[in-house]
Amino acid sequence: MLRYILRQCSVLQCSPLSSGLARLVSGLFTVPSQLMAFYEGIMFDVSQFIPPEVKPAPTRFRHGLSKFRIVIGKNCDNCGLCLNLCPFGVYQPGAKRPKAGKDFLCLGPACQKNEFYCIARCPKDAITMNPNPSFEVLGDRRWTADLLASTWYMAETGEIPYQGLNYKTGDSGGGFDKLRLVFPPNKALDCPDEDICLSLDLNRTGDERPSISLPIPFYLGGMSFGSVSINAILSRVRAAAAWGTFCCTGEGGYPDDLKPYDDHIITQVATGLFGVREETIQRVRIVEFKYAQGAKPGLGGHLLGDKVTTEVARMREAVVGSSLFSPFPFHSVYSVEDHKKHIDWIKATNPRALVSVKVSTPNDVDMVAVGSYFAGAHILQLDGSYGGTGAAPDIAKKNIAMPLEYAVPKVHKFLKEEGIRDNLTLIASGGIRTGYDVAKIIALGANGVCLGTADMVALECLRCHNCESGRGCARGIATTDPELTQLITQDWGTQRIINVYAAWMKQLRFILKRLGITHIRDLVGRWDCLAHLDYIKAEEIEGELE
Amino acid sequence: MPVKYHIHTAPVPNRFPTVIRSGVIAWEEGCLKCPKCVKRECVYGVYDKRGLDSRLMSDSLDSLCKDCFRCVQNCPNRLIHKALNPDYKNLGDHYWTPEIISKLWFQAETGRIPVSGAGYGGPFSGSGFDAMWTDMSEIVRPTRDGILGREYISTQVDLGRKHQALEFDTLGNLLSPPYPSVEIPIPIIFDILPWSPPRDRINHTLLRAAKKINTFSIITQEDWHPSLQRYLNHIMLYLTGDPEGFDKEILKKLRLIEIPDGLKVLEIQKWLKGINPEAVIAVRIPLNPQAKDRALELTQSGLEILHFMADEFGRDQGEAPLFIKDRIKEVHLHLVKNGFRDQITLLAGGGVAMAEDLAKLIICGADAVTVDIPLLVALECRVCRRCAEGIPCPVNIAQIYPPRGQARIRNLIAGWYNQLLEVMGAMGIREARRLRGEMGRAMFFEDLEREIFLPLHKRN
Repeated sequence: MLRYILRQCSVLQCSPLSSGLARLVSGLFTVPSQLMAFYEGIMFDVSQFIPPEVKPAPTRFRHGLSKFRIVIGKNCDNCGLCLNLCPFGVYQPGAKRPKAGKDFLCLGPACQKNEFYCIARCPKDAITMNPNPSFEVLGDRRWTADLLASTWYMAETGEIPYQGLNYKTGDSGGGFDKLRLVFPPNKALDCPDEDICLSLDLNRTGDERPSISLPIPFYLGGMSFGSVSINAILSRVRAAAAWGTFCCTGEGGYPDDLKPYDDHIITQVATGLFGVREETIQRVRIVEFKYAQGAKPGLGGHLLGDKVTTEVARMREAVVGSSLFSPFPFHSVYSVEDHKKHIDWIKATNPRALVSVKVSTPNDVDMVAVGSYFAGAHILQLDGSYGGTGAAPDIAKKNIAMPLEYAVPKVHKFLKEEGIRDNLTLIASGGIRTGYDVAKIIALGANGVCLGTADMVALECLRCHNCESGRGCARGIATTDPELTQLITQDWGTQRIINVYAAWMKQLRFILKRLGITHIRDLVGRWDCLAHLDYIKAEEIEGELE
Repeated sequence: MPVKYHIHTAPVPNRFPTVIRSGVIAWEEGCLKCPKCVKRECVYGVYDKRGLDSRLMSDSLDSLCKDCFRCVQNCPNRLIHKALNPDYKNLGDHYWTPEIISKLWFQAETGRIPVSGAGYGGPFSGSGFDAMWTDMSEIVRPTRDGILGREYISTQVDLGRKHQALEFDTLGNLLSPPYPSVEIPIPIIFDILPWSPPRDRINHTLLRAAKKINTFSIITQEDWHPSLQRYLNHIMLYLTGDPEGFDKEILKKLRLIEIPDGLKVLEIQKWLKGINPEAVIAVRIPLNPQAKDRALELTQSGLEILHFMADEFGRDQGEAPLFIKDRIKEVHLHLVKNGFRDQITLLAGGGVAMAEDLAKLIICGADAVTVDIPLLVALECRVCRRCAEGIPCPVNIAQIYPPRGQARIRNLIAGWYNQLLEVMGAMGIREARRLRGEMGRAMFFEDLEREIFLPLHKRN
């Protein structure tokens, strides 16, 4: 019980000290592994989980990037009316005239109907508003400028955006962006948010291993030390700990800085086996076996020489400055039997660990899923082709393997037909951008999701796609450059990620209530909650589409 | 194993400024002259290095900027902005998009394949080649030490007719003499350009490049010039006019000859074989809804290579045009169904714009692919089609220096070759010959939508 309490402390305060104590205490009372599994199962009660506190975490830069640009002209007499009118805090006082320093909070032309519309009310007609040309340069078809800006807003405030930004879909013209949730009439629940449960059970196999439950339906995916900075890693890990969930190390070793968060770490065993040691496998509660990555399916990993600094090289037991290849595929796995042998090896090394298998989305992804289940995996992660990467050939990202939105329902259906759907936890990753995407992919058949890019965007990544060039990311995220790394502090980063997911939880609860569902597990595979705009018209459906 | 195929590359700068997606707008008026200016803090040193970009002959600010937005966000008076370049948006057309053109330029310049960080940012799917995905394999063994390792992936293909089965007499002597065949190390042949400025230097450039990468370039009878004699091993001559009027000594030395489809096609083939029995004869056929029947007919008549041509947007000549990949699929499957597929070589071209199109067209049934417009783009073409109207080329391609142009085309093809290896490596296929027609290792938009998204709407 002491261990449980202490772990809760560590979750809430993210304090290395208390978590370290927990290990010390549990070390004093050595418990047989089966008994421990039993305790772990009953100890973590998600209903008692207290979500982390949302605190403001404003942009690190002087100005946020706004959709509309407000300029106060020379005829302003600094009367201050706009300052008082604007309820969103767009304006700050200035010596000569107010400054529209936070125009990313502005409603834009949609504000016209409001009584407080500053442009109409300004006695000197001094305020102009125009689309911001820089905003048009931002983003792409999947992560539109609107999605980026709304994620930044959520990371700053923990609130759902009000500015009229489209925070629900992107512009990819298919899949998620053509799917809509169907909210049936008269089914909406009228209950407090707390009554809607979003928890996710990771062990459904019924074996003797711990049943790990997460209070939220996702964990954070692998980004290796080397591909992103230690501050970015720690921000993610600490946010994961605060949300009572997990964060994967990626294939790059297990930096000592992560030790305090052992209970919230998934360590990755990938084809290069970089940084994989018996001790790292024994330290964690979940071990991830990575076959392929959605962004470069079938191609293995590649860390460019520039990013192999002394520290990276030490952890990966490699040479400074020389490129590191993680080959494809596992050269010791050519069959399901080989696959089982590896899972058995992990299970024998760590008797309390759950095993997750991360695969890409080939044509036979359904067979791969069944194979993984019978080899003994607890979790199967399907990584779709929009997922993040430090560097990958564009041809691979665009063309190889099928989109996630096809793979998840395909696997869900096949597992159901095989009668094992309820025994495997299906996690979807690679291209989940919003709470709406989470709801859609769960309705398509996943149990939960794994996230990565959304964290990066929370840390103010703007998807310039130049992670790999020069000293690395100019915004201090995907870099090992000592100076650029300092652009992010861990406290700020942790809070930004906590805030984004706080907003997503609000979105999810809002969605579930309107669907009339009280537990997110009841949304799994509910295809009737979805409509695809290419195949059905809004007027053919009873209910609201969103 | 035979010698490994490899294309050596070296960067070849542009002659003219490339058209860039966005530019930096930095106002001077209102500058506070901060002691620590954001321009000095640029991670890429864009402002410090600012000058006339010798490579692009333009302000280096726009070409070096990597869109990190730090200066945009940090300038206290917000004097720095980014804006989209309207010229970029106007490049090419709906099919030859600015993204395709700029990626082709990049490959021709650097010889490298386009690589980027973060996830894919493009559309879910699209029409044509974008309506299909290639497969990957979780546990199949591509090669022991990576796609560029010792145990390599072969992209070699054979052009020519093949026996369905070998026949022997009672004594065991071979009764089926081998047909002439031409091997190319990469399934790409350079095709006739649909439009271009005067082609004199361009043809020299294409042939030099074809020689460099050891493939063929199709040269029309009217473009033939005695100065091209030194490239005979890499010329696929397209006899458009009267074949009997062509120099027989040259015909005797050619390895590949192409003739247009028509009533006399068998007659001309026989006549050519009489002059040069070792030459492999191809028939150029416009792609249309009758293609599958014509393909079967010509295969049964003993032809060797069928070269189906779509238009420059990949469309066939049907009333409701079908895309090349779908029509070639139909032709391939028709030949398979009738038991003739392995006897004939199928070439296909028209609308092949990127390396993935090459792989996808082969998966849909072509043995090798012919490429045209991307070769011009490698020479800095902007797909403005002014030359087709007789207006001077903005990048003066007619005056290209052949060795330089050769190097750019070589770079582009090296990029495509390496990308073909990536796609094949992911599929676990180690032979381009086995990639042909492997539709089970691809995924088609229509099939997946029918299988996955349609059932969503069977509401009870």
